[in-house]
Amino acid sequence: MPENTHGHPEPSYLEYQGKHKGLKAWIFSTDHKRIGLLYLYTILTFFGIGLLIGLLMKLELIAPGQTIMGPDTYNRFFTLHGVIMIFVVVIPGLPAVFGNFVMPIQIGAPDVAFPRLNLLSWWIYILGILLVLSSLLTGGGAPDTGWTFYAPYSFETGTNMLPAVLGAFTLGFSSILTGLNFIVTIHRMRAPGMSWFKMPLFPWALYGTGWIQLLATPVVGITLLMIVAERTLGIGFFDPDLGGDPILYQHLFWIYSHPAVYIMILPAMGAISEILPAFARKTIFGYRAIVISTLMIAFVGYFVWGHHMFTSGMSGTALYTFSLLTFIVAIPSAIKVFNWISTLHKASINVQTPFYWAISFIFVFMVGGLTGLILGSLATDVHVHDTAFVVGHFHYIVFGGTGFAFLGAMHYWFPKIYGRMYNARRANLGWLIFFIGFNALYSPMFYLGVAGMARRYYDYLPEFHSGNIISSIGAYVMATGLVIIVVNLILGARRGEKAEANPWGGKTLEWSVPSPPPLENFEKIPVVTREPYDYSA
Amino acid sequence: MHEHRDDTASKIGMWLFIFTEILLFGGLFIVYAVYRYRNPVAFHLAGEELNVIIGAINTVVLLVSSATIAMAITAMQQGKRRLSVRLLWVTILLAAVFMVNKYFEWGAKFEHGLYPGSDFLYSLSQGDVLFFGLYFAMTGLHALHIIVGAVFILFVIAYIRKGKVHETRWQLLENAGLYWHLVDLIWIFLFPLFYLIH
Ligand SMILES: [Cu+2]
Repeated sequence: MPENTHGHPEPSYLEYQGKHKGLKAWIFSTDHKRIGLLYLYTILTFFGIGLLIGLLMKLELIAPGQTIMGPDTYNRFFTLHGVIMIFVVVIPGLPAVFGNFVMPIQIGAPDVAFPRLNLLSWWIYILGILLVLSSLLTGGGAPDTGWTFYAPYSFETGTNMLPAVLGAFTLGFSSILTGLNFIVTIHRMRAPGMSWFKMPLFPWALYGTGWIQLLATPVVGITLLMIVAERTLGIGFFDPDLGGDPILYQHLFWIYSHPAVYIMILPAMGAISEILPAFARKTIFGYRAIVISTLMIAFVGYFVWGHHMFTSGMSGTALYTFSLLTFIVAIPSAIKVFNWISTLHKASINVQTPFYWAISFIFVFMVGGLTGLILGSLATDVHVHDTAFVVGHFHYIVFGGTGFAFLGAMHYWFPKIYGRMYNARRANLGWLIFFIGFNALYSPMFYLGVAGMARRYYDYLPEFHSGNIISSIGAYVMATGLVIIVVNLILGARRGEKAEANPWGGKTLEWSVPSPPPLENFEKIPVVTREPYDYSA
Repeated sequence: MHEHRDDTASKIGMWLFIFTEILLFGGLFIVYAVYRYRNPVAFHLAGEELNVIIGAINTVVLLVSSATIAMAITAMQQGKRRLSVRLLWVTILLAAVFMVNKYFEWGAKFEHGLYPGSDFLYSLSQGDVLFFGLYFAMTGLHALHIIVGAVFILFVIAYIRKGKVHETRWQLLENAGLYWHLVDLIWIFLFPLFYLIH
């Protein structure tokens, strides 16, 4: 316990008493740690809702024909599932929760550069959620366009598009402000001695992510506003009747939404790069290669959006270019995988729950990445386009990648956040069930897609029945695992054993402060002299 | 908690925000470029409907307002607080002049039925519909930024009154200036694209 000058231990950020009390002490707090937890609880709530919708869809697909819902409901369900999971859960995901909580401590700062802006971002985020939700209760009911809001259907459908689209716009604005805050924080607030190449890899990942949030999100923002203008003012941006071009909408949408995949995955990779050295108990292999590949992904990721539109109509040259660039952007991801595996080489590994999540992340990420190349190749993409294969690939990357990394990060930083420990055996059991369920849920989709099952239908041909049964059962197995995990974490946070400052033997700065950290993190801003993963001493 | 002050940080923050604004308009510029390329004749003829004189006056107004806010910043740095506030009021006045011109300009278009949703506009070619749709969307979004910028400047004036912005602490004022230059800059692109290219 650090002691302040009066000889009393400083209260932790959880106990600290500001001018507000109770709930207000949280929702008006500018402490980056409390804001991180605000995001955590919001995200988990909406993850639960999105998951529930997903489970209902899998129940519908357990047998051909109508099982529990008709086509209209199904369309609305997959739209809501997508909008909630993408815009409310995964995009804020790791940056908003762990970026907020851990990053300032990792770089040796007392808070982010703009604490009040940070709180404002959370409020804007809540406003965005409320807007999205209001689409359920008003007008024509929940939208049914899919989360991509493709034109021209998005301005022709009678369902309640405006609140959903404006909600997505607002959520994007919140994401921009978070990215901006993190970039400035990393530029200005690193502890003395922490040069760029002495900075841990999670802040590096957030730095790359910040730039994507900043430079890609406005494009989708204006695109969504164009949809609004189209619906309310009758400006024919994307309406062929008025001379507009629906394909142009797709371009603008994916100019953001492909880089958005990297908003989701870069922080996940960053978290994995923190977990692996801590449990391999040696320095990460190829630190600089990981940094450079992070920046390369952030940069090249801007120029591959066309791979979502191979069948939409583009010139041959454009097709080849986008396909080639898609292959190129896979290289830095592969570099990271090699670095992670090499880190484990000849290490005496401390096998703990976060480590299980990290290695299973590498597995699901590779499955997702390699199936992505099948979609990035022109000829094979035509065959599997808009089939269950795409759904499988997408969920392996976005849910597998981000989800496994998120839960890994949760188990890794949990003792730091709550100052308590969870039950490791239950955590491992939850992980195992989750991992088995996850693969049972999504791997049949590859087979189903190649065999020709289209996505986004509530029904399918009888020959696809067996694959769908496995997938649906897998969904419920996975959900069971998740319940075990969440209950275990809640129990741990409430009455787990007290955790030490550094239970895993990590070397980055967050492990040098008490668990849970005091309000301003460090009693004295540390001076950094060593590499971030220096296990030599 | 101690007050943490870092002027460079807030300046970087402002610049980053300006990048996002540029990309926000960037989406519209892309759309403009694509549709201009596809409807060259209609865009040419529709462009001649716009009043170059009002457009030019507004361009001069904005350029002068950029100068006045820059002078306000320098005045503040030299400790001439009252002069600085006066120059800020001149900037806001020029913003108002711009908006009044805009009002008459848009009003004239509405009188001629040249607005999105009017039956007359829909009876013209698709290129005309797109041109005027883009015209209202882009100048409208820009006008919105003028309003936001002016409110920003008003806040700065209030802060100067409260003594929170002064000769050794003027970063907020400079940020308002940066934002105002951005608003100006976007207009510098909008003016030729809509009024001048024929
Ligand atoms: Cu993509």
